[in-house]
Amino acid sequence: MVELIVFVVGAVVALGGAVAVVVARNPVYSALGLLATLFSLGVFYVVHLAHMVAAVQIIVYAGAVMTLFLFVIMMIGVDRSEDTSETIPRHRIYLAVLAVGLLAVAGAAATGGRFSWVPAAVEGAETPNGTVQALAERLFTDWVLAFEVTALLLTIAAAGAIALAYFRREPVTEGDDR
Amino acid sequence: MTVTAGWYMTLAALLFGVGLVGIFLRRNALVMFMCIELMLNAVNLTFVAAGRAIGDLEGQVAVFFVLVVAAAEVVVGLAIIVAVFRQRASASVDELAELKG
Repeated sequence: MVELIVFVVGAVVALGGAVAVVVARNPVYSALGLLATLFSLGVFYVVHLAHMVAAVQIIVYAGAVMTLFLFVIMMIGVDRSEDTSETIPRHRIYLAVLAVGLLAVAGAAATGGRFSWVPAAVEGAETPNGTVQALAERLFTDWVLAFEVTALLLTIAAAGAIALAYFRREPVTEGDDR
Repeated sequence: MTVTAGWYMTLAALLFGVGLVGIFLRRNALVMFMCIELMLNAVNLTFVAAGRAIGDLEGQVAVFFVLVVAAAEVVVGLAIIVAVFRQRASASVDELAELKG
């Protein structure tokens, strides 16, 4: 019963935030909508006993990533004059068909009550307790190579970001045919 | 009424759909980027829900790696957006046609 209430409240906040990301004119409001979605997903992770993932979700996503987003939004200015005309003919219609199709699939799954999407689902399976220790045991035994590669990936990403931001070219001026 | 994994997967499908619509609808590169983050998070939710249904911790390990890759992607992507903005003074993806032959 408690989980049902948490699910309904969290789902409403998550979907509201997601819709806000798409419809908000001001990118800052989009960022705040995404923040609401990320927080409610963090709540769902706690419900699933994924404590470590929930903590990382709040610290990395809601903390670092969203701060970076807001930083860049403030840096390049809030641009409200976004052109919303259709450059590809009838692309809104195709998009509406796609969205309605996705909604139909999700709705059919929800009302049909057939939630056998997870093939290996075990009836009454014990919820894995995602503590730091349990996760670390997996990460540093079965997944140690992938873990080390992600460390390399983060280093490369940081170096790439610095390179992109540090070396600046002169802006291309009119009549300049380089 | 128990909340099964399917409920969370339905919610994740809806979040993914909203993110997809946002990518096609918006022109602002930053907002499109946020929609990608939304879709990544929707997938993360299915990983955790599926891991719980199976009774295995692997789902949460997968979320961990998705998170790291998403963080790296955000760093590089935002650096590219800033670099483009310096040249063109715009964050609209419609104006980017330098690679056009």
